[in-house]
Amino acid sequence: MATAAAQHTARTPAHDARGGAPDTDAHQRAFDAAIAADERIEPRDWMPDAYRATLIRQIAQHAHSEIIGMQPEANWITRAPSLRRKAILMAKVQDEAGHGLYLYSAAETLGVSRDELLDKLHSGRQKYSSIFNYPTLTWADVGAIGWLVDGAAITNQVPLCRCSYGPYARAMVRICKEESFHQRQGYELLLALSRGTPEQHAMAQDAVNRWWWPSLMMFGPPDDESEHSAQSMAWKIKRHSNDELRQRFVDICVPQAESLGLTLPDPDLKWNEERGHYDFGPIDWDEFWQVIKGNGPCNEQRMAQRRRAHDEGAWVREAAAAYAAKHTHDKEARRG
Amino acid sequence: MTTADWPLWEVFVRSRRGLSHTHAGSLHAPDAEMALRNARDLYTRRGEGVSIWVVPSAAITASSPDEKDPFFEPAADKPYRHPTFYEIPEGVKHL
Amino acid sequence: MTAQPADTRTSLTTVSRETDVPAAAALALGDDALVLSHRLGEWIGHAPVLEEEVALTNIALDLLGQARVLLSMVGDEDELAYLREERAFTNLQLVEQPNGDFAHTIARQLYFSVYQHLLYGQLAAGDGPFAPLAAKAVKETAYHRDHAEQWTLRLGDGTQASHERMQRACEALWRFTGEMFQPVAGLDSVDWTGLEAAWLESLEDVLRRATLTLPEGPRSAPWAAGAGRQGVHTEPFGRMLAEMQHLHRSHPGATW
Repeated sequence: MATAAAQHTARTPAHDARGGAPDTDAHQRAFDAAIAADERIEPRDWMPDAYRATLIRQIAQHAHSEIIGMQPEANWITRAPSLRRKAILMAKVQDEAGHGLYLYSAAETLGVSRDELLDKLHSGRQKYSSIFNYPTLTWADVGAIGWLVDGAAITNQVPLCRCSYGPYARAMVRICKEESFHQRQGYELLLALSRGTPEQHAMAQDAVNRWWWPSLMMFGPPDDESEHSAQSMAWKIKRHSNDELRQRFVDICVPQAESLGLTLPDPDLKWNEERGHYDFGPIDWDEFWQVIKGNGPCNEQRMAQRRRAHDEGAWVREAAAAYAAKHTHDKEARRG
Repeated sequence: MTTADWPLWEVFVRSRRGLSHTHAGSLHAPDAEMALRNARDLYTRRGEGVSIWVVPSAAITASSPDEKDPFFEPAADKPYRHPTFYEIPEGVKHL
Repeated sequence: MTAQPADTRTSLTTVSRETDVPAAAALALGDDALVLSHRLGEWIGHAPVLEEEVALTNIALDLLGQARVLLSMVGDEDELAYLREERAFTNLQLVEQPNGDFAHTIARQLYFSVYQHLLYGQLAAGDGPFAPLAAKAVKETAYHRDHAEQWTLRLGDGTQASHERMQRACEALWRFTGEMFQPVAGLDSVDWTGLEAAWLESLEDVLRRATLTLPEGPRSAPWAAGAGRQGVHTEPFGRMLAEMQHLHRSHPGATW
């Protein structure tokens, strides 16, 4: 039962995979034991098809999110109001491109090529995080994205550094290390606005009002409605449930918002002594599903820009490949 | 594979002089020259390296992953290759 | 609000007198770097391949870093970047040209980075006020030059389509290259004739290896192009500045 994924890997021997042979049961036992012992699964190890498919889906979606996620912030690069902010923002958006590349690399170890993944993104067969379908209407949105969106992403990502799949975990270690400045710059940006002129303060509050709820949705549907969660936790791809992480994020944000001098747009937000956590109001899951389905404010725009960049770049990629074919003596080395 | 698909390269970075190159990740590039440059931009943006190797992923031959493989098992029962195998009287230094 | 650019110009002359930095030269070099960095920043999210998103941004960040050092020699970097009117900018017209397709961007990078690398090489070798900056920048520009040359080779000697695009781009931007060798006041140690000869030699070599033809049209003429150093710019520059300066100017006196 050679899987599609296993066939792909045959093209890249360094990322070889072993399809299930007669001794699948033995392999399954070895895999289960490795997971139970908290060992890492590496690319050439045997793994259940569903584990492989889940990882491909999750890592690809993560990579796509980094790449599409460049757009809302890049929207402000040419209008950044100081040269210092401009340098910071360019470096940050560049990191996102880099993180997308690390993640595509990790996905490729599972036997799927980046071109296939990009095709799936461009044709809408794979998703990216819905948060990037919201617009960046003012400069303060750059700060709100850094503080809230990156903050939520980090809350999600830190546990992934211990994910059972080695290449994904290693990519996440690198990403988390590099991202530590992303959230801080956003917070600092908002702080400057909050303490600035009344117009700047209002701009910051407006951005937080618009980004708060979508940020909470980033943790995914409630645990009882999350179709992939239980299996992913059993496989130690995921270490904490959606609701657990969401609560952790809310608890972190409330005091941070107070220090910023900004309010969070939730009248139900209050400390619950008994639970030791903040209670918060109901999330509009209808909005969440609508945006995922493609009805968000920027779905069309984000996809159109991504496809256009890819299509308009085709002649460049072809030129470089043609040049390499003419000039690379070691043809053997090029065979991908 | 269409002509526009760039092959995959494995990137190894020496973080500072005196250390060996370690695997940093992979990337796509049309040829070795561009692979080196892309690796520089991607894996040493924060000054993480002083030297880079790039190797076509297809050129790597890897051992079989099975832990019980005859490839590695024999090495596991040769404890005399490790210094902790030997008993040295207390107080003897520089050994 | 409207008075601000004039104030900026006055204060800038004062500052420059105090510090002995040739203000006009710092502005010319700083504006080149600032404007080209901005143009490269426009690529982010639109590059032909993801690896190139990272590469182009690296170059943009190097240039922005240079611009900030150079402008700060003259006055407040943000006042200079955001509150001067178009005519007060003295960057080359070459660097303000719109990105066009990737070939146009590479041709612009090639023309400018070879120039900048040679110029900073000369400045780094001297002991003028720009020597410390040039010593760092010359390493950065060596990489920018290499990046542009590598892509010129691949586009020129890639496919028929890429060859045609690259040749067209080289021709289109050629008219903006003569201006680079107008002596800049305050950069007295620079051998401009030698710089131009070295630039031409390098361009001939790269284009030949890329199977491209060195353009033949005029490299500057009073009726064509080349007065950026005198504050006269091309049509796209006003739009670029409008976008770049709008937010900063909408909040006079605010800090960010």
